[in-house]
Amino acid sequence: MIETKRGIPKGIPQRLPKIATGIQGFDELSHGGLPRNRISLLKGGAGSGKTVFALQALVSAARHRNEPGIFVAFEERPQQIIANTAGFQWDLPALLKRKLFFMDANLSPDVVQSGEFDLRGMLAMLKAKKEEIGARWIVFDGIDVLLTLLQNPTSEIREIYRIRDWLADNEVDAAIFTAKIDDHGSQIANYGFLQFMVDCVIEFESRLECGVALHRIQLTKYRGSAFARGEYPVSFGPGGLEIAGPEPTEIRQVASSERVSAGFERLDTMLGGGLFRGSSTLITGVPGTSKTTLSGKFAEAACSRGERTLFVSFDEGADRIVRNLTSVGIQLKPHLKSGMLRMYSGRTESIAAEDHLVTLKALIAEHRPLCMVIDPMSGIAKAGGLAAARSVASRFIYMAKDQRITVVVTAINEGDEPEAEATDLQISTIADTWIHLSYLIRGGERNRALTIIKSRGTHHSNQVRELILSDAGPMLADVYTAGGEVLMGTLRWEREDDERVKTMQHRSEFEQKRLSLELAESNTRTRIKALEHDLERQRVELAAYFSDDQARIVSSGDREKLLLRIRGADPAGRAAMGTTAPSEKRRGSKTEARDGS
Amino acid sequence: MARKKDRRASDPVSATAVVMVLYITDSGPNSLRAVANLEAICKEHLQDNFRLEIIDVLEYPLRALADGIVVTPSLAKLSPLPTATVVGNLSDRSGVLRALGIVE
Repeated sequence: MIETKRGIPKGIPQRLPKIATGIQGFDELSHGGLPRNRISLLKGGAGSGKTVFALQALVSAARHRNEPGIFVAFEERPQQIIANTAGFQWDLPALLKRKLFFMDANLSPDVVQSGEFDLRGMLAMLKAKKEEIGARWIVFDGIDVLLTLLQNPTSEIREIYRIRDWLADNEVDAAIFTAKIDDHGSQIANYGFLQFMVDCVIEFESRLECGVALHRIQLTKYRGSAFARGEYPVSFGPGGLEIAGPEPTEIRQVASSERVSAGFERLDTMLGGGLFRGSSTLITGVPGTSKTTLSGKFAEAACSRGERTLFVSFDEGADRIVRNLTSVGIQLKPHLKSGMLRMYSGRTESIAAEDHLVTLKALIAEHRPLCMVIDPMSGIAKAGGLAAARSVASRFIYMAKDQRITVVVTAINEGDEPEAEATDLQISTIADTWIHLSYLIRGGERNRALTIIKSRGTHHSNQVRELILSDAGPMLADVYTAGGEVLMGTLRWEREDDERVKTMQHRSEFEQKRLSLELAESNTRTRIKALEHDLERQRVELAAYFSDDQARIVSSGDREKLLLRIRGADPAGRAAMGTTAPSEKRRGSKTEARDGS
Repeated sequence: MARKKDRRASDPVSATAVVMVLYITDSGPNSLRAVANLEAICKEHLQDNFRLEIIDVLEYPLRALADGIVVTPSLAKLSPLPTATVVGNLSDRSGVLRALGIVE
């Protein structure tokens, strides 16, 4: 009827209607949630998360879509379930008033069983309650306990059908059964039938891997729908259970071209201007190569720019890190006080990688950092299997990228070959920038060397630099290469000293030369001066000589005149007198003639 | 339709009388069997010294819910103490007798 009303011809299969659970990750891997108006079976061993999943779906529907629900508890008492989930931010007490009803369906151990029973009464009660609160969801938690009490395979099947028909008649949006069924089967004789009857089967598993409990979820059946196959890790966070759903196959992160400082100028220069905003950087190195110092410097620089920063360390207290970094001139305390920096120190013993991820997510949600440090990332791999840790490490980095958080993580590698890191968490392939720190031992010294192995999308220095820690913070020094060998530490210092001495020698030689040249110049000048004096003297002498001569000529002329005047001789007599110098006589006569005119 | 047998469980009775409530669902086969089985037991072992109330859960579902009933049929012995609950169609007579505190 409905189909024809909507204009959809009968007989053509429609897309299966689904109802979202609101559980992070599950709606993605099931392509939309649980089948609407159908039964879904959650099966798995004790403590594998079935009950939490079922209750969380109810809570989510009640809180976010205002769809009340009923939770029928066959296995645990409702008070117990409520207490167990008190750690989640579900606000159950408020929901219990109107939107969530718990039916205590535990048969006390004192109950005497005498002959067969059925669920007619229970379903009548549920129907009444459903109508009272307008319930849309219903959970039968631990249905295996109830079915086991029936003690009769025929009765089991009959009662399963009874529930199914009841659900169909009462138009429940979604029904969830949970049952303890694991690989070793179940106590229910008809668990095979149960799985057949339901439309969706979700398997929960909790197993120990290297001493750490790992929770996994797997969709094994979904009638009429595609779904993501495979096991997915389950973790328990403040919001309840979370499933690390399939990663989107397409990576849609926006690449930023904004640069942020990696901590200090020379390192930024080596990186072609700094790190890209929202990129991830891996710092590897054996213990003691100052991975923490470099990441601390990055955090300090970020805080100084006024960017909220989160510093996560494993197995080392925040206080101790702050103190240690102070000794190399990195001041985190003021930023901690101002609230710009949040430090978190986690323990790693017997904590699953998934749980670390939950903690990291919660910290990010709480602090909303722009920059973040994890020191060391390998801390998450301390307990539990490596495969789980790898998955967490890569998911963390993708998550940080999605949120445009610039991340610096450190990782310890045991050998000194950077390639050795690749075996551990395999972050090196997804990190954008990879800085490797190592020791170089030469001339009886250990010196820290910094290499940039890769830095995506930027020019970066291919040179090894020496990393020097001082009161003023870390700095990078050029290394000397001599005869194909890299010189650091004292050798570098000696080399630098050599250079200095050479320069000084050069300087003094130059100075000497300059002085001697100046001397020569001044000598020449002196000589010029002396010659000038000579010249002057000669000029004076010459002038003196000339004027003397004139004087003599003049005086001789005067005397002649005087003599003539004294003698009273006539001018004709002069010709007879001038016997020795006829020219002078002529000159004298001329003068006389001129004088006379 | 509530089927109430004899007097109500809350009626004043002698201190030694057995007070019981039987929760059934209308005319379901297990319910019918339970009523028949209980009647036989009462007749044989309790004579008149009992009070039995029979409640049809289909008619009073919320009352049954409040009483903590899970499955039907269920028999609740309220008095004398200790209280006891028997589930099922009461076909296993010895279990019922033990729960009711009747020694054969």
